Amino acid sequence: MMNFAKFGNELYSGKRSFDIVGNRRRWFAIGIGLIILSGLLVGIRGINPGIEFRGGSEFTVSGTSNPDPQLAHDALAEVNSEQVARVSTVGSSAIRVQTEELTDAETGELADLLAEAYDVPTGDVTSSFVGPSWGADVTSKAVQGLVIFLVLVTLVMALYFRRWSMAIAALIALLHDLIVTIGLYSGVGFEVTPASVIGFLTILGYSLYDTVVVFDKVRENTEGVLDQTRYTYAEAANLAVNQTLVRSINTSVVGLLPVASILFVGAFLLGAGTLRDIALALFIGMLFSTLSSVFIATPMEVVLRQRDPKIAAHTAKVLDLRDRRVAEAEEVGLTADEVLAEARAGGLVAGRHLGQGAQPRRKTKR
Amino acid sequence: MATPKKSAVRPLRTLTFLAVLIAIVFGSVAAGTKWSDATWTPNLALDLEGGTQLILTPKTEDGDPITSEQVSEAIRIIRQRVDASGVAEAEITSQGGQNIVVALPGTPSEETLDLVRRSAQMRFRPLLVEAGPGQIDPAQLEAATDPATDPTVVDPSADPTATDPATDPATEETTEPAADGVVRGTVGAETTPPSDDPTTEQPIEDATEEPSEEPTEEPTATTYTPEEIEAAAMAASDANGDGVLSNEPATEPTSASDQAWITEQLTYDFYMLDCTDPANLVGGGADDPDLPLVSCADDGTAKYILGPMELAGTEISSASSGLQVTESGTVTNDYVVSIQFTSAGGETFAAVTERLASPELQANGTNRFAMVLDGLVISAPSVTEQIPSGEAQISGSTANPFTRDEATALANQLNFGALPITFEVQSEEQISATLGTEQLERGLLAGLIGLILVVVYSLFQYRGLAIVTVASLVVAGSLVYGVIALLSWVQGYRLSLPGVAGLIVAIGITADSFIVYFERIRDEVREGRRLDAAVEEGWKRARRTILASDAVNLLAAVVLYFLAVGGVRGFAFTLGLTTIIDLVVVVLFTHPMMQLLTRTKFFGEGHRLSGLDPEHLGASVSAYKGRGRFRSPEERLTIAERRRRDAESAASAESPEPAEDSPDDPGGESESVTSTSAKDGEK
Repeated sequence: MMNFAKFGNELYSGKRSFDIVGNRRRWFAIGIGLIILSGLLVGIRGINPGIEFRGGSEFTVSGTSNPDPQLAHDALAEVNSEQVARVSTVGSSAIRVQTEELTDAETGELADLLAEAYDVPTGDVTSSFVGPSWGADVTSKAVQGLVIFLVLVTLVMALYFRRWSMAIAALIALLHDLIVTIGLYSGVGFEVTPASVIGFLTILGYSLYDTVVVFDKVRENTEGVLDQTRYTYAEAANLAVNQTLVRSINTSVVGLLPVASILFVGAFLLGAGTLRDIALALFIGMLFSTLSSVFIATPMEVVLRQRDPKIAAHTAKVLDLRDRRVAEAEEVGLTADEVLAEARAGGLVAGRHLGQGAQPRRKTKR
Repeated sequence: MATPKKSAVRPLRTLTFLAVLIAIVFGSVAAGTKWSDATWTPNLALDLEGGTQLILTPKTEDGDPITSEQVSEAIRIIRQRVDASGVAEAEITSQGGQNIVVALPGTPSEETLDLVRRSAQMRFRPLLVEAGPGQIDPAQLEAATDPATDPTVVDPSADPTATDPATDPATEETTEPAADGVVRGTVGAETTPPSDDPTTEQPIEDATEEPSEEPTEEPTATTYTPEEIEAAAMAASDANGDGVLSNEPATEPTSASDQAWITEQLTYDFYMLDCTDPANLVGGGADDPDLPLVSCADDGTAKYILGPMELAGTEISSASSGLQVTESGTVTNDYVVSIQFTSAGGETFAAVTERLASPELQANGTNRFAMVLDGLVISAPSVTEQIPSGEAQISGSTANPFTRDEATALANQLNFGALPITFEVQSEEQISATLGTEQLERGLLAGLIGLILVVVYSLFQYRGLAIVTVASLVVAGSLVYGVIALLSWVQGYRLSLPGVAGLIVAIGITADSFIVYFERIRDEVREGRRLDAAVEEGWKRARRTILASDAVNLLAAVVLYFLAVGGVRGFAFTLGLTTIIDLVVVVLFTHPMMQLLTRTKFFGEGHRLSGLDPEHLGASVSAYKGRGRFRSPEERLTIAERRRRDAESAASAESPEPAEDSPDDPGGESESVTSTSAKDGEK
């Protein structure tokens, strides 16, 4: 634990540093790989639509002592032999039977048969009907909301950070999170229900939330970056990521713990249902949101920012100066590492450093 | 940065403010439980409480887009039906401006569900008979058992001119000047109930009205059993005395206004209809447009026998309300509702008004037509002239002019009738109460486990500071609970399962604010600030970050709330609520708590377990200071601090700071080589 604190301190001071921005090609490759994997998962396994998207009838038998799915299959076969029911257990003593759309008469008949088969009063068998457009309606609304949200949030972030590059990088990270979450969710094979759509939507907020925290530090570190020549924009951004790394880890652990507990309770105690679907979507999404805020968002921001001729010129200038100084140092006999140590930490901002140059000088004539 | 003096006052004041805030929230809930119908536990939505939920999409026949006014009118109609059918606590809301969600507790009967699903139609029918809303009073019928003098049985062959309209105040014509202008017809209005006495029978065609037939006795003076009433009604309506209620008009009706439409059965139904009973105000579109109809006013103040449909609501192209503009262009103070008919509708309306405005009908008071929406009469104005222009204007009666709201409501209803809406059932869901309870219990269990894990992790990470985290979470949790209880009382908010999930997720997001703040304090200490200064400076920076990130979260919640449908809304609501409360708690609780804690010995002097001990905060680790040099912790103390420390260690040989001496002066210039200095600092 002390080591973790020390770890944080070292990251902050730049003594220990992960070259996250420098290895951006690797992270981008991993990110693209994940996106392709997600595409494949969706393509091969397919999205498993919930009843809200398929449409159909759903029966819930509660309070049965013998939740054997076969009984439900048998009951359905008596009513409509062509259909295959999807049967899943819900909680400890309930069972959920989903069929294609049944007529009112069939619905009543099946409800009675189910009550008989599971030995419960007919009142404990509830039936629902979901039109096929209901889930699509929820989703189209959600997509509409998504687009409006993205436009608004891009504006807000561009205004807050005063840089389009940050807003765009955050959006790229967000899309990555969303695609990966949907892909892995389909990979697990849970049904996509409105509850999981809620989970995906929450990822929007959470992913950006996480990114904003990191970018806030990037913004702070790179303020006045052009006024000095000790480190490049990329290095300052990298330092910011390292400095917020402990925060990112702590936040994701704290955020994931409750979600993991819902997922655990939902998957093992409750069976299929709202909680499990939301929790799985959130768990994947929050994990990748944290990762992407570190590995995708900031490096992407740096890439975008490097396109600015001013930043590019500054980077070239800093690197050039550094080469010269390394060369000078090597002549004196120092190693390059010693000279480059300064680049690991935040550079000096005029007026802030405490070295000799900051001390009042006596005017002496030489 | 706050001066020490200021910060000595501020945290307590802020905490008091928060305490007052919490007291207000819980105080209002407490007051609500005592004097109103609030409860300490929030209302639960159907997925937790059990019940039936229907989601309906209103659709017009021609696929026109549906306006929000039409949706709210449709909701009003469904609500009237459901309320009148006696289902308590039905919740009918619009979702995303398009769908209508009807949530019924328990397992409602099939009839109730049908009521909800039925579409609503508007029809214009001529008025044949109007009466007070109550059932027939047998006393009156006793007095007139002879069909010939029966005040309420209409002899179809009776000469309509023999009727005496003057006795009916309801048909009093409004004396609007004839709007013989080009565009506007005038319809004298009638929206007032015919009588204040609900039991007063006042058939307008009453030819032989006598004072005795206007009973002045109170309705409770004599009470009759239902059987007696039924028998009296039977006797009164069985015109030919054969004991069978015929449903065939005695003669072939010549027009929609012909009294011949009133059959024995219809008369009987009319006598028996009790519009004071809410069950009869259910409405519904079951009426046959080709047959006459017995119906109630939608507010239950009158009942009517109406002729067959003359005009469908779809013939209205638009209706609007506004102040009346006279011919000369001056605006009066009277509110009117203007109706614009389609060209075909205008022609039909012209024909209808021509007939209604005929002297015979004007004379017997049946020069009125009723606008029937969803089987209930919303307005029954009288007509004094033919209206050929396809534009009509309804004004209030002189005795009872329209208020602005009434005029607007009527215009909305007419517009609704203009585009009859059918409801497409999107989903119909029954949730068993036991299953909902199980989900809620398990969900809360999951929340509890999550909370404990968060507490354990923050103890591990932040030691003593975990107290602040836990206390903040407790404050945030109780505030959220209080606000939800308050909203569920004031706004009828209901907590749904996605809402619970939102609350559990919020634990993590709320805790993150504290993490950002704590990490910032550490950062500031690493930069070389003293603890109390770091608490302030860290706060300034953390506040910025917390505000920005919470703003993003809030934006997401607001957009989702207003655009999304179904469970997404409940989730977005709790997400937004917890984000706001997170801000409140961080500003009003966590920050002042930190200010207070740094003044205690345990935290302020950095006890090993406080989470603020120097090593934990990085004070023992050399910080980089630029130019390839690192500062040792020694360098970071002010001279005064070092002297005091020396004095203390001399006195007690116990020092909170690691006893490590560096030869460097503060801000010294010695050109020690980087790597060595750094390692020194670590060991």
